[in-house]
Amino acid sequence: MNSQPVTLYPSRQFKDNARAALADTELRGSLRSAMDFLMAKRSSAFPDTDELDALRTLGEAIRQRCLSRLPELLEQLEERLTANGVTVHWAETPAQANAIIHGLVAARNGTLMVKGKSMVSEEIELNHHLEAHGIQALESDMGEYIVQMAGEKPTHIIMPAIHKTKAQIARLFHEKLPDTPYTEDVDALIRIGRNALREAYLQADVGLSGVNFAVAETGTLCLVENEGNGRMCTTVPDLHIAITGIEKVVEKLEDVVPLYSLLTRSAIGQPITTYFNMISGPRRPGEKDGPREVHLVLLDNGRSQAYADQQLRKTLQCIRCGACMNHCPVYSRIGGHAYGTTYPGPIGEIISPHLLGLENTRDLPTASSLCGACGEVCPVRIPIPEMLMRLREESQRPAGEAVDHPLRGQGAAASTTEALAWRAWRRVYASPGTYRLFGWSATRLRALTPPTQAGWTQNHVPMTPAPKTLHELVREREARRKES
Amino acid sequence: MSRPSDVYLFGTCLVDLFMPDAGMDAITLLETLGIRVHFPQAQSCCGQPAYTSGHPREARDVARSQLDLFPGDWPIVVPSGSCGGMLKHHWPTLFAGEPEQERVVAIAARVVEFSDFLLNHLDWQPVDTGPATRVAVHTSCSARREMNVHTTSWALVDRLANVTRVVHDHESECCGFGGTFSIKHPDIAGAMVTDKARALEDSGAIEFVTADAGCLMNINGKLALDKATPLRGKHLASFLLERTGGKS
Ligand code: SF4
Repeated sequence: MNSQPVTLYPSRQFKDNARAALADTELRGSLRSAMDFLMAKRSSAFPDTDELDALRTLGEAIRQRCLSRLPELLEQLEERLTANGVTVHWAETPAQANAIIHGLVAARNGTLMVKGKSMVSEEIELNHHLEAHGIQALESDMGEYIVQMAGEKPTHIIMPAIHKTKAQIARLFHEKLPDTPYTEDVDALIRIGRNALREAYLQADVGLSGVNFAVAETGTLCLVENEGNGRMCTTVPDLHIAITGIEKVVEKLEDVVPLYSLLTRSAIGQPITTYFNMISGPRRPGEKDGPREVHLVLLDNGRSQAYADQQLRKTLQCIRCGACMNHCPVYSRIGGHAYGTTYPGPIGEIISPHLLGLENTRDLPTASSLCGACGEVCPVRIPIPEMLMRLREESQRPAGEAVDHPLRGQGAAASTTEALAWRAWRRVYASPGTYRLFGWSATRLRALTPPTQAGWTQNHVPMTPAPKTLHELVREREARRKES
Repeated sequence: MSRPSDVYLFGTCLVDLFMPDAGMDAITLLETLGIRVHFPQAQSCCGQPAYTSGHPREARDVARSQLDLFPGDWPIVVPSGSCGGMLKHHWPTLFAGEPEQERVVAIAARVVEFSDFLLNHLDWQPVDTGPATRVAVHTSCSARREMNVHTTSWALVDRLANVTRVVHDHESECCGFGGTFSIKHPDIAGAMVTDKARALEDSGAIEFVTADAGCLMNINGKLALDKATPLRGKHLASFLLERTGGKS
């Protein structure tokens, strides 16, 4: 199996990546139909819009309450987990998280890790790090397994291989797995993958998983999955390491129920997943199975930057359902790789600047028409367009300007030309006299409209002012009326 | 909802400069229904272009220059969903904590999108005098999601006896305008408007209407570049006026 590559598509090249993705007709076709399918599934899972509204309001309230008490809930979580026999580790950076996990595996001379789906492990590029130290990390979620085999990264947070066609997967399995005949039969493909993974669970020294909800009250790690691979990873190997972001904590078990329902229905239109794991500690004396050691790594990686700002804090309400991506007209045309970030689509545009800095995500806040489809479906009501506008402001704010909570990379997209253009715009539009003169000249000089207008004329005929402004037409009509 | 005797029209900067006829048609249509329309000559723009581009200070200054233009308590009718959304929903945010906040909130409460006004405030009952035709409707994202008026344009078109409204593929999807988005990301915006134009063409519509100047400029600008298609869009106000014989 190949090792995980380093970032394939740096987000600094977003525009080039997007252009390449748009030209890939096979990708465009499969993405579009996949997103249509997921949108239809979601909408059929919420037949009652009043119930949906109420549930979203509840989901938002729960997430906001938990975030408002985040520091104390994290303390409580650590305390309860410790009491349950789970060791809690804190990591501020990806490097620290990698070091912690590597340390745990190395302490047992481990050489093989099986992994349940975890986007946070993608965020820290764990596989890459472990393999550099001679430890193989094998993805066991079918989608992750496919992208790992292809030497790629996930393009979607819920469906990592959604960009791949059946034929591409068939070819991949045929080429990479020994003695595998070419087949496009989906069930057969899944069987092939599962058989290959079976052995690995038994041989693995360590299982890694993500966490969907970490319950502070009881010290419980909840894991939502459909394939059973998550349960295998968290029960078969002797050592289980869970990793998650600090924002995933909820106060009590009761909070999980509505969030879980919102998550599965928004993500893939499922009323409930096939597996729901509640992990509350290692194997106890007398128990026949389960890991002998359980660890939780809590990662910050820029989340506390978002947390510090009341408005941007809402970003952390996210329960990673992927609905915003499925409904995004930009994501559904360019796919996840183009973003060059672990989290693509609308949620990626608003969270990545905190994880990577605005300097590395310069083009992401503007890569949206602000159509609002994301905010409309977000199960926890994150006002994503509002977050995008705020990030646009921060990325244009001069680097030296003092603000209460400066963002990493403030001013990364600041441009003197643009700032001057907006100031000129203000001068014209905030003064009726100047505006009138501007309108008069623009209409009189319409023949001089430039035939190419940056960006615009790539897709349109030039914008040409009308012969007279509405202001003038109204004045003329009033004058005519007075005469008659 | 009571029927007002007078309204203000906030024409919007795009209509003013690029499609003033749509603004005139909106005025004429309202006047034929017995409404006095006041068009403050000092109006310019709601500030949206700067606001959505990350320049709230410039947006606020421009918005501030508009605050004195609506002294009466009449409704402020806006023939564009996205500018309506700016006035109604973003102005209060933009002025939060500013001395003008209270006034802005009061102004915002009086803002009504054009199709909403016609349908829900006037209960417009047209007599369709036009020939039979097929029309597609593109609803702007702001009308749909900020102003919550995505069904009003449909309802108005459906009241025209000789007009068949056809639905186009992915009707609820954005046309890719998004203000500076279409200039900053022309590849992505281009793919979006291409799909929108194709969906409208494939719908079998003879023309399409929209109540948003930005979308109209975007889609028509794309269709005109393609040359191959005769399909063009009209502002809803122009279409409705034309159908009811009010267009001279
Ligand atoms: S931002 Fe909202 S819609 Fe997007 S993944 Fe997070 S919870 Fe889901």
